[in-house]
Amino acid sequence: MAEQDETMLRDMTLGQYYPGKSILHSLDPRVKLHGALAFIVSVFLFHSFIGFAVVTAFLVACILMSRVPVRYMLKGIRPILIILIFTAVLNLFWTPGEPIWQYKILKITRQGLLNSGYMVVRLVYLVVGTSIMTLTTTPTRLTDGMEKNLRWLNFFKVPVHEIAMMMSIALRFVPILLEETDKIMKAQMARGADFETGNFFKKAKNMVPLLVPLFVSAWRRASDLAMAMEARCYRGGNGRTKMKPLIYNRTDVCALGLLVIYLVVLIVIRIIV
Amino acid sequence: MSLILNHVNYVYEPNTPMERMALRDINLTIEAGEFVGIIGHTGSGKSTLIQQLNGLMKPTYGEVYFHGRDIYDGDFSLKELRSKVGLVFQYPEYQLFETTVFEDVCFGPKNLGLSEKEAGLRAFEALEYVKIPKELFYQSPFELSGGQKRRVAIAGVLAMRPEVLILDEPTAGLDPQGREELLGELRRLNEGKGMTIILVSHSMEDVANYVQRLIVMEDGGIRFDGTPKDVFAHCDELEELGLMAPQVTYLMRELQAKGFPVEGNVTTVDEAKKSILRAISWQNRMRPC
Repeated sequence: MAEQDETMLRDMTLGQYYPGKSILHSLDPRVKLHGALAFIVSVFLFHSFIGFAVVTAFLVACILMSRVPVRYMLKGIRPILIILIFTAVLNLFWTPGEPIWQYKILKITRQGLLNSGYMVVRLVYLVVGTSIMTLTTTPTRLTDGMEKNLRWLNFFKVPVHEIAMMMSIALRFVPILLEETDKIMKAQMARGADFETGNFFKKAKNMVPLLVPLFVSAWRRASDLAMAMEARCYRGGNGRTKMKPLIYNRTDVCALGLLVIYLVVLIVIRIIV
Repeated sequence: MSLILNHVNYVYEPNTPMERMALRDINLTIEAGEFVGIIGHTGSGKSTLIQQLNGLMKPTYGEVYFHGRDIYDGDFSLKELRSKVGLVFQYPEYQLFETTVFEDVCFGPKNLGLSEKEAGLRAFEALEYVKIPKELFYQSPFELSGGQKRRVAIAGVLAMRPEVLILDEPTAGLDPQGREELLGELRRLNEGKGMTIILVSHSMEDVANYVQRLIVMEDGGIRFDGTPKDVFAHCDELEELGLMAPQVTYLMRELQAKGFPVEGNVTTVDEAKKSILRAISWQNRMRPC
């Protein structure tokens, strides 16, 4: 029972960092953010087999460079499995065109087959592509990158620094709260609590001994953190400097160049084919 | 014969880069009625070890037996085991959740399927035992002081009437008086009710004064296992592990080194007092008149 709980809580690959020392790990987070964005655009750009091949090659290259086990990456697909099946079925049966198989009102068309295949591939690529970014970047670096990338929004009175700070605090607390949940769960299980059996309402009611202490502790941690930040004279982003400022080095510039070439190639393929 | 660990190994997050061996081939027998202390450096596997004892963590390989039965046998109820082997976690006050102190202590017994009345009776008894004044029974547990909260949380486990009580750092963050009181209560449980007690602690003074048997953990394995006197005789090796013998042991060793006729392997202040008094009276007698 306890073993199940552990795997349940730790089985979240999406948005998790995988420690390593690959080229992708050492890239500037801004480059990886641009990369993820470029990849998302490219996934929706291809309409032909050549484009598909280019995108696949790029993704495989990234996976190999990240040195993260593929098994680990594919775990991120499990939560979206239902969406995948749903998309595939919808596209398969509801795309108009020349039917290749028909049974009463159900018919499969050539275009439908193609469409549903592409859609599934796109979704999988989206998840894997973005998880490469989160797997190779620590949450702190990621929010640092976002803060710097989105600084122009300050012009429109968007509090970029504050949002980035909130995000990094939230991300920082995810593992802590998971651990805390695990601990409180065990403490209550040691008192005979049962979190697994019963119907929905019983289960929800059984969660009270877990949620109340968790809430209390989250509250306590938040107020401790606020106190600690105040003691260090935190006063928002104005005039705040970084201990490790983000600076593009040669590898980062090369990577950005490669990204531009990648996008241009795909656009050209899209126009020609 | 009460709790047996047979070749227990435990690996954290197997098959990931975070993989870590937390327990290495632990063989341990804990007899009924013992008062056992477990000490070790942070990360030496103490907390992992005690969670094997009530089935909260399953050994990666190895077996755990309670009263001669493998606790992972199909028909063995882990829920029942957890009522017999009570575990009080570190900072147990963070597990409080009910609206009143009394209700919170009732939570464990109620989970055992006891009637409202029986659960209340046990809660009453447990709260009395840890000396919570009656006027606090129907207050919110969140309004109590730190020491009181901890005693309520311990009462929450006691109310299940376990045969074995395991406590992880129960005195952490308590003032000296609170420590003494809590440890005294544990001794009463052990001597008065014959409850087996396993105490995980950082404080050598605590374990030296109270436990009969001391287990020293190092890097997931058991390094020493014996009476506090035997274990603290390995003073120098303990220091290598980043642990210290009680301060009074060092004092007595130095006195001995200076040529005073005192015992060197003393672990409690009481014993030291007797030994020094004996040495002084002996010297007085030897002095020529």
